[in-house]
Amino acid sequence: MAGGPLLQVEDLRVQFVTDDGVVHAVDGVSYTVDAGRTLGIVGESGSGKTVSSLTTMGLTRGRSTRISGRITFEGQELLTASAEELRRIRGDEIAMIFQDPLSSLHPFYKVGTQLSEAVRTHRDVSKAVARDRAIEMLELVGIPDPARRVDQYPHEFSGGMRQRAMIAMALANEPKLLIADEPTTALDVTVQAQILALLDDLQRRLGMAIIIITHDLGVVAETADEIAVMYAGRIVEHGSVGQIFNSPEHPYTWGLLKSIPRMDTTRDDELVPISGRPPSLIHRPGGCFFHPRCPYVQESHRRIDPKLEQVPSDVGHEVACLLAPEVRVSIWNGLRSGLSSDSLRGLAAEVDGAGRATAAEPVAGEAGE
Amino acid sequence: MTTAPAPPGATPLLEARNLVKHFPITTGIIFQHRIGAVKAVDDVSFGVTAGETLGIVGETGCGKSTTARLLVRLLDPTAGSVLFQGEDIGERKGAGLKALHREMQMVFQDPYSSLNPRKTVGSIIAEPFAIHGLHKGQGERKRRVQGLMDRVGLNPEHYNRYPHEFSGGQRQRIGVARAVALEPKVLIADEPVSALDVSIQAQVLNLLKRLQREMGLTLIFIAHDLSVVRHMCDRVAVMYLGKIVELASNEALYGSPRHPYTGALLSAVPVPDPRGGKRERALLSGDVPSPANPPPACRFHTRCPKVQERCRTEEPLLDGNGSGSQVACHFPLTRAEVELMLPAALTGAQVSSST
Repeated sequence: MAGGPLLQVEDLRVQFVTDDGVVHAVDGVSYTVDAGRTLGIVGESGSGKTVSSLTTMGLTRGRSTRISGRITFEGQELLTASAEELRRIRGDEIAMIFQDPLSSLHPFYKVGTQLSEAVRTHRDVSKAVARDRAIEMLELVGIPDPARRVDQYPHEFSGGMRQRAMIAMALANEPKLLIADEPTTALDVTVQAQILALLDDLQRRLGMAIIIITHDLGVVAETADEIAVMYAGRIVEHGSVGQIFNSPEHPYTWGLLKSIPRMDTTRDDELVPISGRPPSLIHRPGGCFFHPRCPYVQESHRRIDPKLEQVPSDVGHEVACLLAPEVRVSIWNGLRSGLSSDSLRGLAAEVDGAGRATAAEPVAGEAGE
Repeated sequence: MTTAPAPPGATPLLEARNLVKHFPITTGIIFQHRIGAVKAVDDVSFGVTAGETLGIVGETGCGKSTTARLLVRLLDPTAGSVLFQGEDIGERKGAGLKALHREMQMVFQDPYSSLNPRKTVGSIIAEPFAIHGLHKGQGERKRRVQGLMDRVGLNPEHYNRYPHEFSGGQRQRIGVARAVALEPKVLIADEPVSALDVSIQAQVLNLLKRLQREMGLTLIFIAHDLSVVRHMCDRVAVMYLGKIVELASNEALYGSPRHPYTGALLSAVPVPDPRGGKRERALLSGDVPSPANPPPACRFHTRCPKVQERCRTEEPLLDGNGSGSQVACHFPLTRAEVELMLPAALTGAQVSSST
């Protein structure tokens, strides 16, 4: 692992075979995570953000799952690793925090017992040592009176404390990579702020890498170094936090940024929603997957499948969009200064062919309220 | 107790007066006896004027949903009263209560569990007509329902489909269509978008705003998402452990919050801008105490960064400052404290860009 990334995912594809057809949950996703850095994966439900990380942990294996691509962690192949090898890595070098702390802790066992188990699975230590480690971890994540709390059951913990206990369990073996899947979605804002501050603090102290999966753009803006925006199983845009928020390139990212009410801008009368809804992952649209919802769709976008490509003169920024780079820049500048997508649609049409306005009407799947 | 919660110079259409709702905690299986009470709503008063949008925000367990249910009498209050057009609705029963529900309707949080899966969308939306015996002719009723579907942005041809054939956002539109079918005066929306995907939320928020404009609805909007409430509401009430701690106009509440809890809530919201959101996070320690056993005096004193001896012994009352803003705090936030903890764009302090 001399200088290489900690985790490298290459052309990952995950398909689930169901009675209704093949679900293309993850479709050719590649990313890397360096030690000590945070990657944010943003997307809506069904965009494949959770499945791609579950696959990293080997948790999607099954008879009806088809997985291809490569995932290497510190040079070790994870997709081809045996169940035994994976078990050794899981919870030790790579740990995961799930969204719902109530259903992820066993209601029947004391919090301390569950924490010690995580330690003893990977370390040959006595029960007493593991218990001390459990108390130490509870203290680290800021649970008051950990020596008493260690003997309590999950139902005696509040929601925020359960999430802290989950984090304590994930960090018990000082993992090199922490995958946090919507770690704060079930929590209230004041507790969310506490948990995010805690993750940030622990990352600095332990030097671990974090993949944070969320639908909340505010959460990624405040935690991540890099962001991958996922749509329908693919990464449609990838870049640094500054690139994604200050000069986003993909119409879907624009839509996300413009459709949420924000606390840091003046109050608008109307939000600009993304019309329609995410596509079915069984029967996917042809061409660019986003074309049925894209305000700037052109006739050719229904046939050509865009690849994730480097944005000219913006190092490290990639986008999968068929619009010409200079068109994207002028549209975003227009959106930024408050122009509507309707008035900017023309910009996309002008460059398509020799003077032909071939703009295709976006398909109204759902009224664009 | 304070009772002057309407904005100055306006008669409230709907008014809550010293509302209290305690849910008993019992023990024993056959011989149950009461060992305590969850004080879900504890002396809450406010007024809503016709046509305005009142937001109620707060964290889990603060009593905001219980308040909503008390307003439409889905629950009966332990004490206090709800006045609709000046009349105490606690007296109403039978046909009177039914008539009340023509005037006040609710939109619920979960569009998956609030629609009967065995009924077609047409009959779900027609249900209020059936209950109130309106538009009895088959053709007439169908025409009305299809008109409503069109109005909320659903395809009227989908009249005979079942809820499972619709996406979350469309289902919430069905819930909204059902709620506005009787052209109520008041619409109470309890977390109407929190179960929806980000890209869909804006569609439903815009729909609610448009319907309010077109139908002259008075909207009570309950949510935990402070940015959504800021977008939607004219006035906002912040609740903590069954009490309103601050009630002010949108601009006043977000621009210069006075209660330390409001400040902490606003400061905790992550801002989707890696540059502009820089601020001194006012992190609260610990969790919300149990509403079965709330702290004495000021309920926020166990977590308050500004706590003094007085806060532990004397309960602060919700007091107005003459401009319609009210706060229940002995030591409200100062301007300097607010500017430290909130993004500059909110407080109106100098900002470089306003994108």
